[in-house]
Formats: sequence, C-alpha cells, structure tokens
Amino acid sequence: MFAGLLPVVVVIALALGAYGLQRAEVIGPYWLNVLCNMGINILLAVSLNLVNGFTGQFSIGHAGFMAIGAYVAGWITYYGGLLIWNEVPVTPPEGWFPPQVWLFAAGCVGGGLVAGLFGWLVGLPSLRLRGDYLAIVTLGFGEIVRVLLQQTGPVLADAAAVKDAGLSSAMALGGSLGFVSVDTGLGLTAFNNLFWTVFFLGATILICYRLKQSSTGRAFLSVREDEIAAQAMGINLTRIKVRAFVIGAVLAGIGGGLFAHQSGNNLTPTDANFVRSFDILIPVVLGGLGSISGVVLAAALLTMLPEILRNPGEYLPLWPWLGAVAAIGIGVGLAIRHRRALREVCFAVAILALAPVLLALAGWACKKPGWITEKGFELGEYRMILFALLLVLMMILRPQGLFGVHEVWEMGKLFKKKPPKDPMGPAPVASALNSVASRGGGRL
Amino acid sequence: MNAAASAARPAPAAPSGPALLDVRDIGISFGGLKAVQAFNLHLPRGVLYGLIGPNGAGKTTVFNLLTGVYTPMTGTITLDGTRIETCRPHQIAAAGLSRTFQNIRLFGELSVIDNVRLGCHVRGRHGLASTLLRTPGHLAQEAAITRRSMELLEIFDLADRAGEQSRSLPYGDQRRLEIARALATEPKVLLLDEPAAGMNPQEKKELAGTIRLIRERFGLTILLIEHDMGLVMDICERITVLDHGQIIASGTPSQIQSNPKVIEAYLGEPGGAA
Ligand SMILES: Nc1ncnc2c1ncn2[C@@H]1O[C@H](COP(=O)(O)OP(=O)(O)OP(=O)(O)O)[C@@H](O)[C@H]1O
Ligand SMILES: [Mg+2]
Repeated sequence: MFAGLLPVVVVIALALGAYGLQRAEVIGPYWLNVLCNMGINILLAVSLNLVNGFTGQFSIGHAGFMAIGAYVAGWITYYGGLLIWNEVPVTPPEGWFPPQVWLFAAGCVGGGLVAGLFGWLVGLPSLRLRGDYLAIVTLGFGEIVRVLLQQTGPVLADAAAVKDAGLSSAMALGGSLGFVSVDTGLGLTAFNNLFWTVFFLGATILICYRLKQSSTGRAFLSVREDEIAAQAMGINLTRIKVRAFVIGAVLAGIGGGLFAHQSGNNLTPTDANFVRSFDILIPVVLGGLGSISGVVLAAALLTMLPEILRNPGEYLPLWPWLGAVAAIGIGVGLAIRHRRALREVCFAVAILALAPVLLALAGWACKKPGWITEKGFELGEYRMILFALLLVLMMILRPQGLFGVHEVWEMGKLFKKKPPKDPMGPAPVASALNSVASRGGGRL
Repeated sequence: MNAAASAARPAPAAPSGPALLDVRDIGISFGGLKAVQAFNLHLPRGVLYGLIGPNGAGKTTVFNLLTGVYTPMTGTITLDGTRIETCRPHQIAAAGLSRTFQNIRLFGELSVIDNVRLGCHVRGRHGLASTLLRTPGHLAQEAAITRRSMELLEIFDLADRAGEQSRSLPYGDQRRLEIARALATEPKVLLLDEPAAGMNPQEKKELAGTIRLIRERFGLTILLIEHDMGLVMDICERITVLDHGQIIASGTPSQIQSNPKVIEAYLGEPGGAA
C-alpha cells in the first residue's frame, strides 16, 4: 500500500516546491505564465495520448472534452463563488490555499467527471465502429460543443440571479462572448497556479504510467497493434477502447478546468474548436504515439516554440548545453548496436535537444534585416506552416513519432546486464515443462 | 506429475464419445463463393486433430468461424457444452478456445514477454481503481502474470529474449511466441494455423515435440492446420481433409494417406474437366 502511495506524495511535494518558488517570486510572472501553460498543454497531450497513442484510435475532438471540463469548472467556481461568498474575486485571495482555491480544485475534478461522462456517451457508439468513424464523430463532437456553447445566455452577475436561475444557470455561460459578465466585466478568476498545474499534471502522468505498466495498458497497446489478435486473446475491444477514451476525456476535462482559470486565458466557445484539438494532437504525433515521456517533451517544446521565436537571441546561448545533450544522445545511440529501440530513444532525445537551438537560430536569422529578406521577419508568425511541415516530415520519416512507444527511462536498461543464457542448453523444453506442471500451470 | 511425457501417444480417438468441441454443419459464403459448407467436426477431449487441404480449401476460414472472426451462416458450434457460434471473439477466447494465425499477428511493438502477458489478461480481473492505486491484490496478480509468462517462454526457449521487441524475433521464434501467447489464455482447445510454416526441418522436428508435450502437460485438445504432410501424419491422431470448402475425407492418418479422393484433391483432377 505504501509503495503505491509514495509517488502521490512525491507529486504533492513537487507541486508544493514549485508553488513555493512561485510564492517566493523566484519564478517571475512571465515564466509563471509560460510554465503553467506548458503544464496544461502537456496534461492535455498526455491525456490524448491514451486514446491516439496507446489505443491507436484517432480522436480529433479532444478540445471538445477540454472545453466541457473548462466550462463546468468555470460554472462551479463562478456561480459557486457567487452563492457562497457573494462575489467573484478579480484575483485569487491572499494566502497559500484560500478556500476559493479549493472550490477551483473541486471544479476541475467536476469538469473532468462531466467530460468523462460525455466521453462515454460519444465513445460507446462510435468506438464500436471502424477506426475512421471515430475521427469523424469526434470532429463533429467538438464542433457541436462549440456551437452549443455559443447558444448559451449571458453570464449572471449576482447571487440573487443565480439563486433564481438554479441549475439553469448552466445555460448562462456567456455565449460567443466567452465566460465574462457583461454587467460587471468580470470573468473567471485566475485561480490556477503552479501547485495545481504540477499536481494535476503529475497525477495525469502517474495515471498514464501506471496504466502503461499494467495489464490494462497492455490491453490498450494490443488493440492498437492488432485488433484481431487482441480479440482472439480475449480482449473486449469496445470495453478497452471506451475505457481509454473515457479516462482520456476525464483528464482533458481536468486540463480544461486549469485552462479556464489560467491568467491570460479568456474562455470562449472557440476553445472547443478543431484548431485547438489540432494543437493538442501535434505533440502526441511528434513525441511518439504511445510514449508518455516523448509526448511530455514534445508538448513542452511546442509550448516553448512561440516563446523562442519571439526572442530567439535569448535562447541562442543555450546551445552548449543542449548541444552537449544532443551529442551524448547521438554518441550513445551510435554505440548501441543490437538494441534498436534504445538507440532510437537516444536519437529522439538528441533531436529534441537540438530542436530549440535550431529554432532559435532560424528565428534569429529570419529577424536579421538583410539576411533572408530585406527587412527581416518574425518566424513565429508562420508557426502553423512550421507545424504542418513538421507533421508532413514526421509522417514520411517516422510515422510512429520520435519515441514510438518507448520511454526515456527505458534507457536505464542500458546499464542492466543481459540475463545469462539458459544453462539448460538447447533443449530445455522438457525440464521447463516439468517446472510449469509442478507449479500447477493452471488458473492464475 | 507423471512420466506421461515419454509415454506412447494415446490410441486414436473414436469419433463418438463426448466431444469437447462439437461443430455441426457450419458454413459461410463470401459473395457467391461458398468458402466453407456443411463442415462437421467432433473433437474429443485430449485429441490432436489435423485439418488439411490444398491452398484455398477453406481451412483458415474454419478457424475464423470457430473463433468468431466470422459468424457462421448455418450450423452450430458447441464448446464443452456451451453454444458459441454467435459469441464475439473475446467471449470465445474466454470460453477456452485460443488460436494462432497463419500470417503471424504478434503485437509487434510490444516486447516478447508483454505479448504473452497480454494472453494472461483474459484470466484476470483488472479493475481501474486497483490498477491506479496499485493495491496488493493488483500487484500480486501482475506478478503472477509475469511469472507464468516467463514459464511459458521457457517452454518455447524464448526466455532469454523476453525483453526484446517481438517484431525483431526470427520467423520461427515468432511462430512459437504466438503459440506461447495462445497458451497464456489457458485454452481448452488450441487451434494452430500452419505453425511450422517457414521453419527448417530441424525446427519442425522440435515443434512437433513441443506440440505433443504441451498437449500432455496442459491437457489440451489441439486442432492443427498444416501443409507439411510429414508433420501432420506424424503427430495427428485423426485428420479431416477439406477441399473447396467441403469435407472430402476424415479418418486416421493411414486411412487418409490411402484415400483416393484425397490424393486426387492434392494432385489435381485427373478428369481435367472443371
Ligand atoms: N473475408 C473473405 N472474403 C472473401 N473471400 C474470402 C475471405 N476469406 C477467405 N476467402 C476465400 O475463401 C477461400 C478459402 O480461404 P482460406 O484462407 O480459408 O483457405 P486456406 O485453406 O486456409 O488456404 P491456405 O492453405 O492457402 O492458407 C479462398 O478462396 C479465399 O479467397
Ligand atoms: Mg490458411
């Protein structure tokens, strides 16, 4: 029992540590914002990876679940706050964990649960069908969520109105304006901070890791590898797919809750649209369909991409460090002869380490007047073109993503000795059979 | 347990007696093509049964019908007293029918041992809460799965490749890994679709020994599709011959070998009219 809880304690400790740095203002407002957004993006990508990576289904409506979680969480903190405290604070109240923030955490969880319910409703019928249908259904789902959210009424401004409205306040989510009250100009409070980001992100990664290490995760992967063989081995395809889909939706909903309360974000129905789903999908495809660490690294890098391109000069000095990582990766990779998977992980790490340096260099060169164009230009403005090119390249060169299903921590195997050859020699069949038979060899 | 490993093989099972797998009149057609028609099979417990026939005869289709990949258009399939012809594939696997595939269908990206572990999945309970909380019960089950998988890998001499990606295995090893994976589901009846395909004579000889041994030790009933007549005649107690989706002969290996219809099916039609 203790061993099972230890990582949870570690996650909480990390979250407290990060929050401590934030409160001590070691991490300034700019980096706070970048890090929180990075955490949310990673969380969303890792949750989608359960569906698209582990289970091999192609969902392209993940933003729909995120938006549902965001709006439900927003509904809980906004109207809940009005009912309990009679106000919507502009900024979170002072203190490490003011009571409003617990309502926010509950809102995130509630958003996750509602998103999971929708995941079940969408997944159950569509996951029975052949793979391609899921893409169409999820795409449609995201658009439906967006349109429905646009139809909602204006945000209620005071507690009395909320009491009158009761549960129908769920229909007062601001419509296409977003979750902002027209009367008071107040939107959702920016409750999110590094504690909740790290906490929910850590929980998400832990959940995915434990799934991957377990029979359930193997079942996910087997469905992705070969549905017919998986079924023949007794895997209930629909149940396994729905399970992955619902867990993915729950986690996306939680991510949505964080997103809705992140400072600088204004929650609007367009957050459910295809563009955002695509943003969540890119790191999954790049990092590796099925690799948790690969997706984490790719999502982190992609969050940094606009920041790097905004100020390429600031990131150029990083080149010796990242270059060293890349060199080690390539060197170790070349030295590994017979373990293809490990070698690929090395190269993937090297590529990811080189990417920011090359990006900074490219952004810097583009900015310089007279280098590439006469006046110089912001490469960041062509972000979507870069993504598209990257995806096309990936699909051609390495369709399973940089890391495939492999994880960075599998590198640890390099330091393990291979088990010695079976001393029984070339015909161990009979003796091994005896050992199985004597142990029952029967039911587990 | 006992010394049955080296005992002489049981006398050919009679076609009567209680059948573990009882197949009556199943058939399926694809468009106009009658791939399998009025197929009957009577597998007594513990038998090693051969299913042979020329290319395209419908052997693999029979396997697909038995395992629920296709639903038979006619007929019934009874496994140990339970009707399974309308069940879905995973239910059939849970009921105790497991198979290998003619064109190997391993989970290629997964490691060798994970392939076998996946086979153990169907015999366990995998609650989400216990998985995420790593309860002692969950950990014990996972450990049991790993232990049993290693034991199965040892039988097939794959234990020292347990951590390798299964797609990187040599062809013969992949075939044997498929059998190990099928055994992990703890089947009552094991269906092997051309397990010796692509193996060299030495490997085939070892495979024959392994098939006999797993049959004895796990109390299996085995239905075997194989093109290598030497292997089939050597290890099977009874054989059914399919041609153009229909049974043309059933009997002991010696009866089959001397059956003129079988010889005709394999050598082509002497009449020449088609
Ligand atoms: N899903 C399908 N759709 C259409 N035709 C099929 C399908 N499956 C099998 N067939 C046809 O049914 C016939 C029997 O095929 P099957 O694969 O069962 O033969 P087989 O006896 O296993 O042959 P081989 O020894 O070459 O493996 C073939 O003519 C094949 O083309
Ligand atoms: Mg066949």
